[in-house]
Amino acid sequence: MKIGVVTFPGSLDDRDAVRAVGAVGAEAVPLWHGDADLRAVDAVVLPGGFSYGDYLRCGAIARFSPVMEALVPAARGGLPVLGICNGFQVLCESHLLPGALIRNDHRKFSCLDQRLVVENAATAWTSQFEQGQEITIVLKNGEGGFVADDRTLDELEGEGRVVFRYAGDNPNGSYRAIAGITNERGNVVGLMPHPEHCVEPGYGPSLDGLPFFTSVLQAMAQA
Amino acid sequence: MGNVVIDVMLKPEILDPQGQAVGGVLPRLGFEQFTEVRQGKRFVLTVDGDVTQEHLSAARQAAEKLLSNPVIEDVVSVRAEGSAQ
Repeated sequence: MKIGVVTFPGSLDDRDAVRAVGAVGAEAVPLWHGDADLRAVDAVVLPGGFSYGDYLRCGAIARFSPVMEALVPAARGGLPVLGICNGFQVLCESHLLPGALIRNDHRKFSCLDQRLVVENAATAWTSQFEQGQEITIVLKNGEGGFVADDRTLDELEGEGRVVFRYAGDNPNGSYRAIAGITNERGNVVGLMPHPEHCVEPGYGPSLDGLPFFTSVLQAMAQA
Repeated sequence: MGNVVIDVMLKPEILDPQGQAVGGVLPRLGFEQFTEVRQGKRFVLTVDGDVTQEHLSAARQAAEKLLSNPVIEDVVSVRAEGSAQ
């Protein structure tokens, strides 16, 4: 099982994503932003960080990088893709997921252990959770406010495509406290909090990041 | 050499924390008459020679595709520099 981890200029959490992939026994394959080549991987993680310095808009320039030219059609074809933080922003800019991420409403960078409710345990990246399960993983961002028009929000809610919702106080002003969403097919998932930081004892508030990666292993085994 | 000027603003319904931060400082400097500040972006695209309709058309496409995100932003103006807005 090969899981690709993309490195853009300015990616920060690609190394942790590679460790997380290894922690569940899969082979991590580094993917380079400048190569339109997915190297025959079975799934892809778009990691956190500040691709292209967050210039223009977060994720806006990464969207047009060569690796995305290969990834966008593959994701539309069913390849499991997880976008974490900046990766989520890239997925929204690429129109693989609806909506956009804007600056936190309180204007401060957030860095905290965040409680989330898993609202969809049927995606490629969440099948090892229970529906309604509460998890705690790291949240760290300056532009994590999820926004979309009401019609899009209603559609996401109606189709069960809100995958994670913030529990407790809304940390960044996200509309309807949405922390993560999926596409119609359930293979593309984006969220602001960081599962890859919560896979090893002694680091992070929990091991609640592990099921993301065991879920995709199962999805890949079934594919 | 001519310039195409493109202005992009957040949609009115999208929260603008940067504008709010700027708006919060103005009263401290004695500017108390402004009730709201919204911050946008200006892009200046330079071409060889005078700006033509083709340049403006290409600039509009670039504005929709890359320079703005239609989910949260509006392209409010695409014009040749020096022309009326």
